[in-house]
Amino acid sequence: MASGIKDKVAIIGMGCSKFGERWDTSPDDLMVEAYVEAMGDAGIEPNQLDAAWFSHHIDDIGSGKGGTPMSIALRLPNISVTRVENYCASGSEAFRGAVYAVAAGAADIAIALGMEKLKDTGYGGLPAANYGTLGPQIGPSGSAPGNFAQLASAYTAKHGVSAEDLKRAIAHVSVKSHANGALNPKAHLQKEVTEEQVMNAPMIAEPLGLFDCCGVSDGAAAAIVTTPEIAKSLGKKDLISVKALQLSVSNGLESQHNSWDGSYFHTVRVAAKKAYAEAGITNPRKEISMMEVHDCFSITELVTMEDLFISEEGNAVNDVMDGFYDSDGQLPCQIDGGLKCFGHPIGASGLRMLYEMYLQLQGKADKRQLSSPSIGLTHNLGGQPASNVCSVAIIGSL
Amino acid sequence: MSDTGISSIANYIPRLRLQRKAIAESNAWMAPNLVGKGKGAKAISNWDEDSVTMSVEAARRILGPEDDRSHIDSLFFASTTMPYSDRLNSGIIRAALTLEETTQCTDVSSSIKSGTTALINAFNSVNSGKNSYSLVAASDKRKARVASSQELNFGDAATAISISKENVIAKFIDSASLSIDFIDHFRGPNEEFDYNWEERWIRDEGYLKIIPKLINNLLQDNDISPSDISRFILPCIFPRVPQTIAKKTGINPDCIVDNLAVSVGDTGSCHPLIMLTSVLENSTPGEKILVCSFGGGGDAILLETTNLITDFTNIETTIDLINNGVDEDNYMKYLTFNDLVKWEKGMRAEIDRKTALTTLYRHNDAIIGLVGGKCSKTGTIQFPASRISVSPNSPDLDTQEPYKFAEKKANILSWSADYLSFSINPPNYYGIVSFEEGGRIMMDFTDVGEGDVESGKDVKMVFRIKAFDEVRGFTRYFWKAVPI
Repeated sequence: MASGIKDKVAIIGMGCSKFGERWDTSPDDLMVEAYVEAMGDAGIEPNQLDAAWFSHHIDDIGSGKGGTPMSIALRLPNISVTRVENYCASGSEAFRGAVYAVAAGAADIAIALGMEKLKDTGYGGLPAANYGTLGPQIGPSGSAPGNFAQLASAYTAKHGVSAEDLKRAIAHVSVKSHANGALNPKAHLQKEVTEEQVMNAPMIAEPLGLFDCCGVSDGAAAAIVTTPEIAKSLGKKDLISVKALQLSVSNGLESQHNSWDGSYFHTVRVAAKKAYAEAGITNPRKEISMMEVHDCFSITELVTMEDLFISEEGNAVNDVMDGFYDSDGQLPCQIDGGLKCFGHPIGASGLRMLYEMYLQLQGKADKRQLSSPSIGLTHNLGGQPASNVCSVAIIGSL
Repeated sequence: MSDTGISSIANYIPRLRLQRKAIAESNAWMAPNLVGKGKGAKAISNWDEDSVTMSVEAARRILGPEDDRSHIDSLFFASTTMPYSDRLNSGIIRAALTLEETTQCTDVSSSIKSGTTALINAFNSVNSGKNSYSLVAASDKRKARVASSQELNFGDAATAISISKENVIAKFIDSASLSIDFIDHFRGPNEEFDYNWEERWIRDEGYLKIIPKLINNLLQDNDISPSDISRFILPCIFPRVPQTIAKKTGINPDCIVDNLAVSVGDTGSCHPLIMLTSVLENSTPGEKILVCSFGGGGDAILLETTNLITDFTNIETTIDLINNGVDEDNYMKYLTFNDLVKWEKGMRAEIDRKTALTTLYRHNDAIIGLVGGKCSKTGTIQFPASRISVSPNSPDLDTQEPYKFAEKKANILSWSADYLSFSINPPNYYGIVSFEEGGRIMMDFTDVGEGDVESGKDVKMVFRIKAFDEVRGFTRYFWKAVPI
């Protein structure tokens, strides 16, 4: 069995742009914004960077393909820049690349940067995805909300939860995130909403209304990683280290085999188990201090609580309604406002989540600061429930 | 009399019934003459149906759920509204029905009488011994100008007929044809709509002269008295024309078959066959049936029912199809479905729908025939097939055998009604459909009403238009789920 990544790599700098409808900001400028903050936080010079990973999902409305956009925008010293794309887990994938390079000894210091410029489409919501030449001839011409909304129909059928109770619970998921986002100056949406507003919002894809869907925005985030030894040699104290990095990818079972019931994320369960084993966590409900999960839609977050083994199967509705995941609950979730309030510039989101965990672990989260968190979990889910990529990352104090 | 005849026949009538009153009232401000004609309803297809998809539906009704369709050796498809001017339309139907590649496929077009012409060709091919089991499918989905009488009259439907020398319910006696360049209407290349001449001339010089001549030729050639005819089928929208012709030719006017104009509309090339279906669903042995069609001259076919007609029935008869229709009084919806108004589709509709023909060909069985795979080792059923099986913990290599999904029982696992993605008929219903024997497909739903979709509900598969590539004029087909 592999020894795992636990405590082999430390984060020494992070940056995150303001997320939102950045009409006057180019993809390059977004990258610069996150990069400058991360480099300043790390206190290093560009020539100390050995390698870079760049996550960017929709290249046709962003900066284009390859590693050159990042290298040119940041004027990197001709180091390797690897562009990665793995659906909504792209940001976490870039982080994984940088962390593994450091752990392998191939790089002393590496940077991961994710960026997405979504507001150059001319309309709200995500642009249509590219599924190759066969996919469009078979699959529905649907949308992300339509795909994720199906969790609700399967969940209610399986657990006997009424559609009304589920609708109210997922409304609370959004209400909680908006309350958190209202305290975050970098969030796209900084207004609180009421349960009634969420429940009565225009329908997007049944049963998901407008406020059950995350925002669509522009943004970038970056992380600089090195070994704990080098971090200390740079004068860093109270290090934040990587405890686990896991990625699980659907192999077609959910979409082609009747053993999956449509009410949960198979890959999340696989990735979570591996991540907990890698981090040495045996009781996630008790041991994890805070989480940033992939709340692309409110139903996604609710189901994910069970798939991460925090809520018992079929009991997430009760935990949500009991305030277990609220900022003053036992396991605060989306303390920065989540995708719900940050929006989801796809390539950046995984790193944006880590940014909040990193701030919280250092006690730098300002009005959102939780008391003494020690372990933070981030989770990304890209694709759709029936076919997806899931990443689970755990970081904490070294 | 030959041994050749009809062994099975079935109609497909799409579910929506546009109320003619809705058409007439919407246009009364400029065409007050339509108000008096606004009676009854016409069958209209969903936006994702055309003459090919409707023919597939009709043909499935006579083929049944059996996988083995190797007995069919020829297929004739008749329509004046084929989706392709140059792509074998009957070839698409063959692939959707998973008939053998060796099936001889023929498109018969260019006249409203093409349905009967296709039927005559099928009779002759079987009668001659060239083919042993022939399939005829006829369908039309005709466009008409807003506020035209054609808009009120035209309906959408399809009929399929199997021809063989076995299990014959109606024997083929003979046929007669006249090919006369009488132009009651025409449609030039690249034209959407017909150009029509004066109705009185069509009636007097067309129907009333051509059809009697045709009938007389056929009856005299076969030494059959007009009084022996027990059912007289003549699709004609002009009032009292069949009665006049019956009187003229000596046929008992009581034998005139209802033309379904009030409940279905004039369905073009398949209309004589739709009427024939309705007759054979209610016939007794020994009835002589005369089927006539008009267009570029005309065809006349003489049939006689056998003793097997007593046991013949369709799971969904023509009367059932008519009664099961859903009233639609939204005229704008009809115009939108048929692209008769310029409507705001939104930027999401701008996506390039270019179809990779190489991909379509590689996966033709899956896309057009809904054929997946079954692992010969584990029995795992999946769609689409793949070299490595999806069997959990048993990724067997190259064990897939073809497995047909289209006629298998299935139900809804998960679904949503999507208001965001582009649809010609929003909201866009889709979800995961699980098949009882195994396998599942994430697919579009169609023919859905509000509240029709829920997890666990049974669905059936239907062959439909997936998308239009308006830039290149390509129609993309796939299968969809309909709640039942």
